[in-house]
Amino acid sequence: MSVECKTDSRLEKILRSGQFAVTGECGPPRGADPEVIRKKCGLLKNNADAFNITDNQTSVVRMSSISSSVIMMQEGLEPVMQMVCRDRNRIAIQSDILGGAALGVKNMLCLSGDHQKFGDHPAAKNVFDLDSIQLIHAVRTMRDEGKFMGGDEVKGVPKLFIGAAENPFADPFEIRVPRLAKKVAAGVEFIQTQCIFNLKKFGEWMKGVVDRGLHEKVFVLGGVTPFKSFGMARYMANNVPGMDVPEELLKRMKDTPKEKQAEEGIKIAVETIQQLREMKGISGVHIMAIEWEEKVGEIAQKAGLLPRPTV
Amino acid sequence: MVIGERKPFDEIMRMAEGLKKIMVLGCGGCVTVCLTGGHDEVRVLSSQLRMARDKAGNPIEIIEKTIERQCDPEYVDQVESIVPEVDAVFSMACGAGVQFMAEKYTGKPVYPSLNTTFVGGSKKEGYYVERCQTCGECKLYYTGGICPIARCSKSLLNGPCGGSTKGKCEIDPDVDCAWQLIIDRLKSLGMMDRYEDIMPANDWRTNRDGGPRKMIREDFQR
Ligand code: SF4
Repeated sequence: MSVECKTDSRLEKILRSGQFAVTGECGPPRGADPEVIRKKCGLLKNNADAFNITDNQTSVVRMSSISSSVIMMQEGLEPVMQMVCRDRNRIAIQSDILGGAALGVKNMLCLSGDHQKFGDHPAAKNVFDLDSIQLIHAVRTMRDEGKFMGGDEVKGVPKLFIGAAENPFADPFEIRVPRLAKKVAAGVEFIQTQCIFNLKKFGEWMKGVVDRGLHEKVFVLGGVTPFKSFGMARYMANNVPGMDVPEELLKRMKDTPKEKQAEEGIKIAVETIQQLREMKGISGVHIMAIEWEEKVGEIAQKAGLLPRPTV
Repeated sequence: MVIGERKPFDEIMRMAEGLKKIMVLGCGGCVTVCLTGGHDEVRVLSSQLRMARDKAGNPIEIIEKTIERQCDPEYVDQVESIVPEVDAVFSMACGAGVQFMAEKYTGKPVYPSLNTTFVGGSKKEGYYVERCQTCGECKLYYTGGICPIARCSKSLLNGPCGGSTKGKCEIDPDVDCAWQLIIDRLKSLGMMDRYEDIMPANDWRTNRDGGPRKMIREDFQR
């Protein structure tokens, strides 16, 4: 993997210097109060290298990813601006890429986006002018070739470190490695995976990634989510599309007394991180503690990932 | 074919409010095949309307008629003598038929009795599914004959999203994941290498996004 950074991203510096990276996640509020983000930033600060700011996740309207990213930067944290293809066409997408970069955003995550059916505006029209792979290609071309999708010159290129998500557990399984290969060919530089609970299946996918040499072309960050309770584990197992929670983990949560379940969830997350660190081709972890931001530090601490390096 | 569904009766009743005499006009094309807008359905809707209006003490006179196709001026002309007699025409054709009628009979209100839903076919009698979104640039060569634009809920061109589970789409466990179907088919045809090509951003100009479309056979223009 090239050690030369293309951007000023701290996440990129850490990854390219061969250090194990940690990213976290921060969901913007359903209102215009910036204090919500500032408070979450207080909980997250120094516990990871960069933090995803979600873009209307699960199709529920929230403060925009760009503005939340700016608030996060004011608090001294590095955001990864998520961008979904659901809500914008290529004109708006490229415009927001320029805007985000101009405001100082240094990382971007390219996603297709959840279907609007899941959100609070199921009657909305979806866009999907581009898909995530075409979006990766668009931002990479803007940055490295200085060209818009339409072919005109970009005057002042957006210096963004380019990421995407991949779900090794979704079907059909056999194209999950080829799909990553397509993202790599399109120009992606780092990948955050869906929450990993089924380590065996993840290992199979990772082996495919390594066999194709993709781990030498893209940094793979394994996704980790702590269960807060057995109820949450069961919900994720049954109600979240593309999520794979093995029976034995459910049982382990179920057999834990209620008041100890949160602790057990964190223990599982820490064990998962430890196993991921042993796996060939893994460059870091992405800790998603949804509405449980205060636990990111504890998980990182227990997994031996703190303090975070200064670069 | 074009699939249409009958509008809710209440909505049709509302459109007919205040009218004394109407024509309910069926279409012998697609909507006859999908059992929503042909001769038989004209009869059903007309009797429903008559009954409801009789019950309300406000009877309505209805002329029932079905022509070969409403999307063709030659057939639309055939009702020329009836149209002046009625207050409005209730077309049971797809949206194209309704508009051909309205274009011809400019002085007469023409109302839709169907909701035009999609381009598709029948799996079995009375069971219709969407297959094409008329994007104007067919991609089925690359996708094993299964359309990602019409059948993937997000119209993704480069493979399934992360929500595909056990062959089903994230939006509904009854909806097949188009990309699962595409992959299965490419595999069985020994064409999996086609999946690895990146499909570039689509040119939507041939789609409705480029404005209303037309197709002209120059050799037929005189
Ligand atoms: S690719 Fe376009 S023309 Fe072909 S089936 Fe799909 S929507 Fe129709």
